[in-house]
Amino acid sequence: MKLPRQISERIAFGLITLAAVVVILPILYIIGYIVVQGAGAVTWNFLTEMPRDGMKTGGLLPAILGTLLLTVGTAVIAVPIGVGGAIYLSEYAKDNAGTRAIRIAIINLAGIPSVVYGLFGLGLFVIFLNFGTSILAGSLTLGIMTLPVIISTAEEALRAVPQSFRLVSTSLGGTRWQTVRRVVLPQALPGIITGIILGIERAAGETAPILFTAVAFFLPRLPSSVFDQTMALPYHLYVISTQVPGMPIRIQYGTALVLLLFILSMNLLATLIRRHYRRQRVW
Amino acid sequence: MATIVPESRSKRRQVSLAEVLIERAIQVTGLSAVLLVILIFVFLLREGVPAFFQVPISSLLMTRWYPIEDYFGLLPLIAGSLIVTGGAAIISLPLGIATAIFIAEIVPDWTREILKPLVEVLAGIPSVVIGFMGMLVITPLFRTALNIPTGLTAFTGMVLLAWMVLPTVVSVVEDVLDTVPKTYRDAGLALGLTHWQTISRIILPAGKSGILTAFMLGIGRAIGETMTVMMVTGNAPRLPKSPLDIFMPVRTMTATIAAEMGEVAQGGTHYHVLFAVGLALFVITFVVNLAAAAVVFRSTQRAERMLS
Repeated sequence: MKLPRQISERIAFGLITLAAVVVILPILYIIGYIVVQGAGAVTWNFLTEMPRDGMKTGGLLPAILGTLLLTVGTAVIAVPIGVGGAIYLSEYAKDNAGTRAIRIAIINLAGIPSVVYGLFGLGLFVIFLNFGTSILAGSLTLGIMTLPVIISTAEEALRAVPQSFRLVSTSLGGTRWQTVRRVVLPQALPGIITGIILGIERAAGETAPILFTAVAFFLPRLPSSVFDQTMALPYHLYVISTQVPGMPIRIQYGTALVLLLFILSMNLLATLIRRHYRRQRVW
Repeated sequence: MATIVPESRSKRRQVSLAEVLIERAIQVTGLSAVLLVILIFVFLLREGVPAFFQVPISSLLMTRWYPIEDYFGLLPLIAGSLIVTGGAAIISLPLGIATAIFIAEIVPDWTREILKPLVEVLAGIPSVVIGFMGMLVITPLFRTALNIPTGLTAFTGMVLLAWMVLPTVVSVVEDVLDTVPKTYRDAGLALGLTHWQTISRIILPAGKSGILTAFMLGIGRAIGETMTVMMVTGNAPRLPKSPLDIFMPVRTMTATIAAEMGEVAQGGTHYHVLFAVGLALFVITFVVNLAAAAVVFRSTQRAERMLS
């Protein structure tokens, strides 16, 4: 028997809606659950004190500071190279075999598992270049991992600038670099910044790449140079939720909440910048 | 004063040294991606290849992974990765297609403006947070619901991974739904098809290759996922013997590297074998992503040919 098509449409759309609900509701549930369970633990002291008693009391200061340092380090490495690479692809590269090789390389960099980046960082930065397990080695590893994200999003933003802008600049006597520097880059900046934030947000939440390149289980004092080991929020959450028996559940949820807020606030910032400038755009 | 004009024009036309240097630097950064891929490959080879000299291939193909006693059989790890990744891809594809259709075709505009960023938020949640919630919420749920001895199973990993790769699948499928020419859709509706018939018989088949890309990118992401899998799959390196073993603990390649690399002696056999596992992951994701890109490339060419 064949169902009337209106009824089969109802059934199909019903199933699709169900599937979408199954996908989307848990996102809200996870965030809501962590907020509710963790909110009680997050106090000013929790954010600004050193951990004590085998990390079972006290605060998250070294982990928060470590994640901030690694995030800044990632940006220092990834932003100039990533934006430069994007400018090259969008403004300079010709459509030839070399450019295709670059594009294939970017696709593959984006696909390499984060734990393999960790191995690479261990082999190159920690051992071969002898940086040791350090903020420097971790930042370099995370920076390289973030590169493909920044290159692709920045290139997209640069390409969105209309060709006529470049023609006008050139016709007024601007050189290619002057055109890029004074016309194209300023126009593409909001898009580039959004891409940078989204890339760095991902790096800030990663655990596997810093596992053997930057982090320590526990450190009694704060790092004093880029050659020091550090604690970091994602790894700290992993440690206290799997490696330390008898860890109070409240602290675990509190740590998860701090990490989540850190990541989601960056996400929100990127979304707001994108919305704001999309509305202002003249072209 | 009259001579200034031509002079300044010639100055402006002249490309300064600083500019040449900047453009050189930009070229170098443009090449950085290629250099880095080569560098990563070289270092994985350098540290991974010795494994094949220190451990005979026949031993690597055994079914026992117990490094403390020098058993380096990789089969349980490979099987673990294949099962969890394959399961995740199979679960996420229909859910991803459905979610993309829901967002792009069914809900009103204002809902779409909320749902799209929400799905992007999922992509931003750190995998360690998802693993953490998986351990505390999903694992006990599965244990009691399925009445099994532990909730830390391959199945748990599949479900969480499937969910995590959904943003990738959804965004690719959404692009597909966007790029199918509007005339196709109009033709369908004009022939009296319902909205669903138009989607299922015209739009989805037209976007077939894009959906294949989504599937492969999903696999590429799932096979490399580390922290969540390590936290919820139980990490027992055992070779599954029956399909029901998806409700038993497994150990993936990624989780093995993450769990053991911190404790090995640098330069030892175990160290090199872990790098060899990393090398294998590098090659697998390289091939999968390249294949996904090739599908997109071919399909855009075909679309251009059809439309011209």
